[in-house]
Amino acid sequence: MRVAVLGAGAVGRSVAALAGEFGHEVVAVADSSGAALDDGGIDVEAVLAAKDETGTVGDADPADALEADYDALVEATPTTLGDAQPGFGHVERALERDRHAVLANKGPVAERYDELRALEADSAGEVRFEATVGGAIPAIATIEDREPEQVPAVRGVLNGTANFTLTRMAAEGLGYDHVLAEAQDLGVAEADPTFDVEGTDAALKCVILANLLAGGGFSLEDAEVEGISGIPGNALELAAEDGRTIRLIGEASRDGVRVGPRLVPENGTLAVSGTMNIVQIETRHGGRMNLSGRGAGGPETATAVLADLRRLSR
Amino acid sequence: MTDDVDGDSRAYTVRLELVDRPGELLNALRPIAENGGNLLSIFHERGNITPRGHIPVEVDVECPPDRFEAIVEALTNAGVNVIQAGAERFAEEVVVLLVGDLVEADLSDTLSRIEDGSAATVVDFAFAAGDRNGGDASARVRLAARRGSVEEAVAGIRGVADEKGLLTVEPAGSEVGP
Repeated sequence: MRVAVLGAGAVGRSVAALAGEFGHEVVAVADSSGAALDDGGIDVEAVLAAKDETGTVGDADPADALEADYDALVEATPTTLGDAQPGFGHVERALERDRHAVLANKGPVAERYDELRALEADSAGEVRFEATVGGAIPAIATIEDREPEQVPAVRGVLNGTANFTLTRMAAEGLGYDHVLAEAQDLGVAEADPTFDVEGTDAALKCVILANLLAGGGFSLEDAEVEGISGIPGNALELAAEDGRTIRLIGEASRDGVRVGPRLVPENGTLAVSGTMNIVQIETRHGGRMNLSGRGAGGPETATAVLADLRRLSR
Repeated sequence: MTDDVDGDSRAYTVRLELVDRPGELLNALRPIAENGGNLLSIFHERGNITPRGHIPVEVDVECPPDRFEAIVEALTNAGVNVIQAGAERFAEEVVVLLVGDLVEADLSDTLSRIEDGSAATVVDFAFAAGDRNGGDASARVRLAARRGSVEEAVAGIRGVADEKGLLTVEPAGSEVGP
């Protein structure tokens, strides 16, 4: 498949770097300030080296990447809330041109799901978004495969930064601020960790899941969200005395989305450690399924994008 | 808790909690007889009052298995608090944490309002004070709720906690229940 990659952060770079190995050809890579284009296939290694050196992937206008001769557009620009631009506009353009759109960017799928599906209905292209939920974990495909109407609810641990923080607090008896600073030193938490520790990131993922289950209708403002910054060490101690621990759990159903710190059995399924994620899918006839794995990271998330490309090329 | 008596009837143990008021015991026993139950024994624990001021009563009843549900239902309809019936525990337990300035929020008032508002009973309670730097305190509350009403009990706690500016850490959806 001929692929254009928009966004050259960790995920976009990994998609471009791995595309060849998965049998795809990259015809365009763009970041916010430039683009590299070649209908004959770009030299990905050289383009990424240029990005490291100069800060951009190339001299071409990023807007030209949208008009390149691709089969599928990979939208891997940073997630934005509200109107979800510029990601939404990129996907819109691809669909207008009857091309497929594969999103790693959560914004358009969480904030403008219904519009996205309406654009898809008028296009010969399809929209896929496996990479928006749970990194390498095939959550979306599993739900689609089981029929969304057969899935009453999905819950899980969907943010590695929050999970790392709670795991370390419980294991070391350290306070929230101490562990968060440590996470920042390790590169597990961003300099501004608000998006992760206040539950916004997990909520966006759950909104996407709720949209999938209900066929749309949800955005971030419908979610009930509580973060972990208010959890003191003594709460984890009281939980541990009772064989439990605390995890930031997101829950999605047709009734809505809730994200917040929850009690889980200390050695239970949902108590994954460190930066791991888990998605727990309830099915009407097949019981409960648990999928755990790496929920973030460039190559990990890129594998979800590549799985979507594979589905589209069948 | 269930013993075979003969082919048709079985013995069941029903645990009740009665308000300490004249006539309450009779009021509780009438639905049993009226629904075909044969009273085998009554253990009235007058000296052992529950934290809510109720008196636990253990009743052994003999009846055909298909009548037992009706007896329990009649007791419930008569306003009798059935804690446990037969081999089936009617009290489900749920644990929640409350975080915040619990002293400021009047802890005992918080607990009694949780009990009043949700038909749940606080069976265990643990408290951890905040640190010297003014950090938040935490409390672990274990509640017994009527079967099927755990979610309602948790929602009740959430309501009281929200009003008092406390953070509730409730069980994850899949972990509610036994």
